Amino acid sequence: MGRYVARRLLQMIPVFIGTTLLIFLMVYALPGDPVRGLFGDKGASPQVIAQLRHEYGLDQPILVQYWHYMRDMILHADFGTQVASGRPVTDVLGSAFPVTLRLAAVAFAIEIVLGIALGIVSGLRAGRATDTGILLVTLLLISIPVFVLGFILQLVFADQLHWTDPSVNDPTNYGQLVMPGFVLATASLAYVTRLTRTSISENLRADYIRTAVAKGLPRRRVIGVHVMRNSLIPVVTYLGTDIGALMGGAVVTERIFNIHGIGGTIADAITRREGTTLVGLVTILVLVYLLASLLVDLLYAVLDPRIRYA
Amino acid sequence: MPDVTKTAPETGAEEAAVAAAGGPLPQPKPEKARSLWGDAWADLRRSWIFIVSSVLILILLTITFFPGWFTGADPILGDLSKHYLQKPKLGDIGSPDWLGYDQQGRSVYARLIYGTRASVAVGFGTTIAVTIVGGLVGMIAGYFGGITDSVLSRLTDIFFGIPFLLGTMVVLNSFTDRSIWIVIGALSFFGWTQIARVMRGAVISTKQADYVVAAKALGASTPRIMFRHILPNTLAPVIVVATISLGIYIGAEATLSFLGLGLNGVSWGNDISDGGSSIRIAKWIMLYPSIMLSLTVLAFIMLGEAVRNALDPKMR
Repeated sequence: MGRYVARRLLQMIPVFIGTTLLIFLMVYALPGDPVRGLFGDKGASPQVIAQLRHEYGLDQPILVQYWHYMRDMILHADFGTQVASGRPVTDVLGSAFPVTLRLAAVAFAIEIVLGIALGIVSGLRAGRATDTGILLVTLLLISIPVFVLGFILQLVFADQLHWTDPSVNDPTNYGQLVMPGFVLATASLAYVTRLTRTSISENLRADYIRTAVAKGLPRRRVIGVHVMRNSLIPVVTYLGTDIGALMGGAVVTERIFNIHGIGGTIADAITRREGTTLVGLVTILVLVYLLASLLVDLLYAVLDPRIRYA
Repeated sequence: MPDVTKTAPETGAEEAAVAAAGGPLPQPKPEKARSLWGDAWADLRRSWIFIVSSVLILILLTITFFPGWFTGADPILGDLSKHYLQKPKLGDIGSPDWLGYDQQGRSVYARLIYGTRASVAVGFGTTIAVTIVGGLVGMIAGYFGGITDSVLSRLTDIFFGIPFLLGTMVVLNSFTDRSIWIVIGALSFFGWTQIARVMRGAVISTKQADYVVAAKALGASTPRIMFRHILPNTLAPVIVVATISLGIYIGAEATLSFLGLGLNGVSWGNDISDGGSSIRIAKWIMLYPSIMLSLTVLAFIMLGEAVRNALDPKMR
């Protein structure tokens, strides 16, 4: 187990370096300049621009910049300074990250509870009307783009029924986060439902289930323990890779519901070509994604004792 | 065994045909001589999901190539005397007034028709690019294994690790004139990883098959083994993933337009994004492109589902 974790952590290093370098190259190799962006259309004297570029280290070769950035980040947890506002990136992250984390947590909870519940209902009734109905709903949820769904829910539940507020003004209020969380979760919710359904209806035909029923175990125990434990493995895999996707997908949801989290910060950073902010945020998202997938692999061993890591 | 006598004449004919073509020995199960594709096609023809989605896609393709058949109105020319306070005339099917006008007095219906091309082009273009690039990477990684596989798999991981939407946003932001080609390029740059992974898995499981070993023993060249022997047997999962992701890319293009980083020109995503600001006064500006977009994505996802059900007997 320890050796497996160590090997996985080592494998993460090249991926981590690769992703951060790729984002770094994309931000700096493509046209655009954050310092010029500071002055708008009028521009500034070349001396001032050169001076500022020197201060931010933008005049050095790109690989040197990358090296300095990574060194500061790993050794001092210093993610650099935003050019536009002069705030340290860690500061910006500190205020934006908890907001997105809460939103993603709400979405994740909805996805797990609703997705697995619907999947179980539909898997146990495979082929009947309930099942077909649930499958059609999931197809619709996958097909309607997130921002369309966001607008529709906003119009119906906030403007016409007045059940909730159209946009979020207090991101610590979980009541306000339910609708954005649902919108963020929809596509994943549908995938979780379908995965659970497929794997349950497959496992129901397995020999060990017939044995459990033949032994006279109550149905609740057969479904709850025997079927579920084996059926959840593919679902857990999906959920693990989805944590990172939820945080990336927050760009759209946060714009619709006016939430000031990572999504908004990233969108700003992209339009202003703020390399430091962008690389910092993406680095954190990549770390979340890598750690989540490691966690998922370790969870397998808990769910399925046949899987052991030497 | 009455079954054998019943099917005997057919089997004989088939054997003769196979022998005439110089093919392999007679198959062990003569009563099930249809190929995977033949089976799949027979299944597909009976599936209502396949029929509904194909009809939808055919209509979309017709609109894409011949938008003039559906409307005579100009999607770009705005007439401010007909701005969005004039409600849609839902009775006038097919007239420029049918679905109302947008903020600049342009016919929503005409824009709906002409916007189809952008979505369909981006969807098909990205899927083709992604399938070629991802397919090649997956094929090479799976076939050669070893160091090649490690390097290509890590490369795939790197691209997979960057959130799709964020990556495409960064790329598209550096272009002010975003043509269809640039949008396709940006989506493909980050989209190829899924196909590469699926292809790699399929190649690894296929390359141990006896016929591949036999082809190698006969001295077939590497490209010949890859493309004549392995490729046909790895296509099924790749086609399923490609069809479903075609729908997803159409949705992604619209999402990028919503974020202000999509195509320049007439596209559903741009219209939905513009309509969002006046959703409380004139719902139709946003509503109809949204319906059209969702239907299109739905059609391709349903097609992918139907093809998967037909190709993968385990899913039944």
